[in-house]
Amino acid sequence: MENILLKINNLSKKYHNKTSEIKAIENLSLNVYQDEILAIVGPSGCGKSTLLSILAGLEEKGEGTITYNDNYKIGYMLQNDSLFPWLTILDNALIGLEITKNKTKENIDRCIKLLKKYGLYEFRNQYPNSLSGGMRQRVALIRTLATNPELLLLDEPYSALDYQTRLALSSDMYNIIKNEKKTVILITHDIAEAVSMADRVIVLSKRPCSVKKEYSIILENKLNPISNRKDPKFNYYYDMIWRDLDVHI
Amino acid sequence: MSTFSKEHLLYIKKVRKEKILVHVTQFLIIILFFLLWEIMAKKNLINTFLYSSPSQIIQTIISLIKQQNLVNHILITFYEVILSFVISCTVAFIIATILWWKKFLSRVFEPYITIINSLPKVALGPLIIIWAGASMKSIIVMSLMISLFITIINLYQSFISTNKNYITLLKSLKASKKDIFLKVILPSNRANIISTLKINMSMNFIGIIMGELLVSKEGLGYLIMYGSQVFNINLVITSIIILGILSLIMYYFITYLEKIATKNRQVKLK
Repeated sequence: MENILLKINNLSKKYHNKTSEIKAIENLSLNVYQDEILAIVGPSGCGKSTLLSILAGLEEKGEGTITYNDNYKIGYMLQNDSLFPWLTILDNALIGLEITKNKTKENIDRCIKLLKKYGLYEFRNQYPNSLSGGMRQRVALIRTLATNPELLLLDEPYSALDYQTRLALSSDMYNIIKNEKKTVILITHDIAEAVSMADRVIVLSKRPCSVKKEYSIILENKLNPISNRKDPKFNYYYDMIWRDLDVHI
Repeated sequence: MSTFSKEHLLYIKKVRKEKILVHVTQFLIIILFFLLWEIMAKKNLINTFLYSSPSQIIQTIISLIKQQNLVNHILITFYEVILSFVISCTVAFIIATILWWKKFLSRVFEPYITIINSLPKVALGPLIIIWAGASMKSIIVMSLMISLFITIINLYQSFISTNKNYITLLKSLKASKKDIFLKVILPSNRANIISTLKINMSMNFIGIIMGELLVSKEGLGYLIMYGSQVFNINLVITSIIILGILSLIMYYFITYLEKIATKNRQVKLK
């Protein structure tokens, strides 16, 4: 947990339109450590997705610095699975390698191994529309893992799913992530999801967002996201974060 | 297949029955139409000089084949439609791609394309004849004026309405613009592109006939024009009926292409 993989220092980001200037992020600093799952929660519209877009290189950063370990690769997972309906499961899983021009025999084998390991190999020649929402999300995760990134960025990865599937999937994803030893930044608005999955939770303030609170989640018996929800300390963290978010209707 | 339940077999039977019924009814309507027409002509209820009749149309077709080389006229029209279809598809595809690629250009040219598209193209007829000459060139130009711009607009619209998530995904992989176009824009718009081709085909058909009405020495449009000038209504109506059959054939031709295009995917399924 001591190796810093990513360090964000005084990051600020503004958006411009004709009539005004919107500050999305202001003086945000945080570290991401090797092999941890870092959950970022914040009020809706606070700019947490913007943060992830910047980290994924989809948007220019404003002021501040972002420093990473050398040679790091990131994998970005969107809110919905975004599987291409015209490609088979296997081709979907390989799209990252194809785009980054890393479609070597070795990498393809690694991807196939992942599909086998997580029970998707038998569906490899089917199209996404024949898979359930949860399975599709799992394919999306494998597609992200196929390029072998050190850091995974998950942007509310289950928000399009129903509650039962979410629960099952969060534990599924957790196992895969821990198995493959990946560092993860998970963005969510679901406090329970954050506390049950993450090693650390960062609470962001309202827009323009900056770090408001930081929690290391230390449970009495940390196993998997579903059993973590029954942990005696779970509610403590839940309440604290709920209070930090300061939700008003 | 044999594992279907009795209810399911009944259901399939019902669907099939309904399909046959639709075809039979369609066939009956056309037969009834020609039959009524013929009877009314025979009983002198309509003036065959003005309204022609099915038997006269058949006679006209026979004499056209013998004397005026009907097959040649049909082939000329068909050739012109295909030629203009190919040119229009190619050019529209290239322009739509450029507009998608360079947002600046699309913003600059959008009003021009809209204006040209909404202009009634017949108004350009005299100019086209003067500039391109009274030849097949004029006919093709007329057809392109009618089909090209709407095709550009349709293609460009479907390109830019591609699911943004797909593009974001590729961007997060640092994909080039070329990759985004080839791996997302084109395959995700397959159905749109095919339906645009269908529209383009019928637009070209309209354009070619319009062009042939304006200037030509051959083709079905010419036969219609010639027939009206010498007040040979038989010739006019016969040409129109042949046109209808031709457009039906072309429609099935495109539908066939569509089947081939989607077949590739089904093969992969196995």
